[in-house]
Amino acid sequence: MNARRERLPVVANEAVGPYTLLRLERRGLEPGMPGQFFMLEAPGRVLPRPMSLCQAPPGELAFLLEAIGPGTRALSTLDAGDAINVLGPLGNGFRLDVERPLLVAGGIGIAPMPYLLETLGVGVPAVLGFRTHHHSEAARLVPGARVVVEPRLVTELVPEEPHDVLACGPEPMLEAIRALAPHAQLAWEAPMACGYGACYGCVVEREGHLLRLCIDGPVLQGAA
Amino acid sequence: MAPGVARTLDAFVTKTVTPLPREGNPPPRIAETESGMLNSIGLQNPGIDRFLAVNFPRLAELGVPIWVSVGGFSAADYAETCMRLDHQVAVATIELNLSCPNVEEAPETAAELVAAARAVTTKPLYAKLSPATWDVAESARAVAQSGADGLSLINTIRGLAVDPATGRPKFARGAGGYSGPALKPIALACVQSCAEAVDLPIVGMGGVFSGGDARDFVSVGASAVALGTVLFVDPWAAQSIRSELAHELTAPLTDRQPLGHESVSQPSP
Repeated sequence: MNARRERLPVVANEAVGPYTLLRLERRGLEPGMPGQFFMLEAPGRVLPRPMSLCQAPPGELAFLLEAIGPGTRALSTLDAGDAINVLGPLGNGFRLDVERPLLVAGGIGIAPMPYLLETLGVGVPAVLGFRTHHHSEAARLVPGARVVVEPRLVTELVPEEPHDVLACGPEPMLEAIRALAPHAQLAWEAPMACGYGACYGCVVEREGHLLRLCIDGPVLQGAA
Repeated sequence: MAPGVARTLDAFVTKTVTPLPREGNPPPRIAETESGMLNSIGLQNPGIDRFLAVNFPRLAELGVPIWVSVGGFSAADYAETCMRLDHQVAVATIELNLSCPNVEEAPETAAELVAAARAVTTKPLYAKLSPATWDVAESARAVAQSGADGLSLINTIRGLAVDPATGRPKFARGAGGYSGPALKPIALACVQSCAEAVDLPIVGMGGVFSGGDARDFVSVGASAVALGTVLFVDPWAAQSIRSELAHELTAPLTDRQPLGHESVSQPSP
C-alpha cells in the first residue's frame, strides 16, 4: 500500500440529492482498492475525516459526503479552486475474489459502491436502501441497482439464494446483513483520529478480539 | 505506515505499558472539539510480558531511541514494570505516566511513584506531570527530590464532549483526555514555571503543530519537544516541524516568518 499525503485541488462539489460529491484532483495519490479510505482535511477543524473512495475517474478522486457535523459541512461547502490535504489510500478494502457478488448499501453507505461496481464490472447486482426519496437520488451513482425507501428496509431485497455480499451502511443494517449472510464482507465505521494504527481510537470488539478499524478494517468478514 | 512515521522522530515514546494487559475503554474513544480533541483510549496495552516478547523487539529495530511509557494503579505496578525494563539495553528512557486522565489514579503521590521506580532502575526516568494541579512547579520539585532525571510536560487535561443528539457525554466514562492546539498556552505556562523551579531537562508538549510552536517551548525552557495530536493530522509532521524549527532558531527574531512565505529571509547558519 502506498499511502501518500498531498494537497489536492477541488475540481467540483456536486449535489447528489442531499449528499455532495466532492471531486478532487488525484495528483500523486493512488485510488487504492474499493472500500479503502482517505483522511480528508476538514477546513477549520483539528482532525481529518475518514472517507471511502466513491469514484475514481481519470485524474480524480471523488468522495460522497453527507453533511452531518462541522467537518462534513466544511467539506461539503468547498468550491473549485480550494485545496485540502488528503492522506491515503488507507485500510483494507473489499476482497474482490468473489463468485456471486451482491452489493448492499444503506444511506451514505452507498459511498464506496460506485467504485466497487466499476471494479467488479457492470452487471453485478446491487440493492440500496434510503430513508427518503430525496436521499434515494444517490442511487443514480449505482446504475441498475434496486432501491427501497423507508419504511421498507434494504434487507427485503437480499435474495434467498446465497451470494457473496459486500455491504456498507448503518450498524443495524450491517448486523442484519451479518445475520442473513454470515460470511458477508462488511464495511464499518468509527470515529477516527489518525487512520494508520497509531492512536487506538477506532477500536471495535469482534469475537473477543480488539480490532483497529483503520488497519484491521474498515472492511471485515462478517463471521470474523 | 506507523513504523515509517516513528523513524522520522529523534526518539519514539511508546503507548503506556502496564503490568497486566488492558482492553482499554469502550468505544467511541475519539471526539473532536472546537480547538482540540478528546480521547478515551484507557491505556489499552498488551501488558509488560507480551510487550517485551512481541512489541518491544520490533520497536528496537526502528533505529530510533525508544522511550517506554510506564503506567499503573499503584507504586508496586510502576516498580514491577520498571524492574522488567531496567535490563533491556534498547530502552533509552522510562517515562512515568503519572497523570492519565482516562483511568483511576494510583493512591500514591507522583513523588512516591517516582521513588518506587527509582529504587528498581538506573534508566533515565522522566516524570510526565498533569497540568491539573494547583502548582505544577511544586510537583516538579517533589519528583526531582525523588530521583526523576527529567520532566515530560504536559499530559492531556480532563475534558468532556456532549452528544447533541442525546444530551449525554459522548464517552462512556464521561470525561476524556483533551489534547491539541488548545493545550499549548497551558503547557507553555507549566514548562516555564517548572524550568524555573528545578534543574532538570524538560520535554515540552501540548499543541505543537509548527516550528514556531516548538520554538515557543524551547524559549520557555524545554530542551526537547514531543508531538502527539499533530501526527494524527499529518503523519509526516516531524519533518516539516524540524526544518521550520531550525529556521526559527537561526533567523534573527525580527526576521522570523513562516517558511514558504514569499518574502522569507534566508537564515544564516
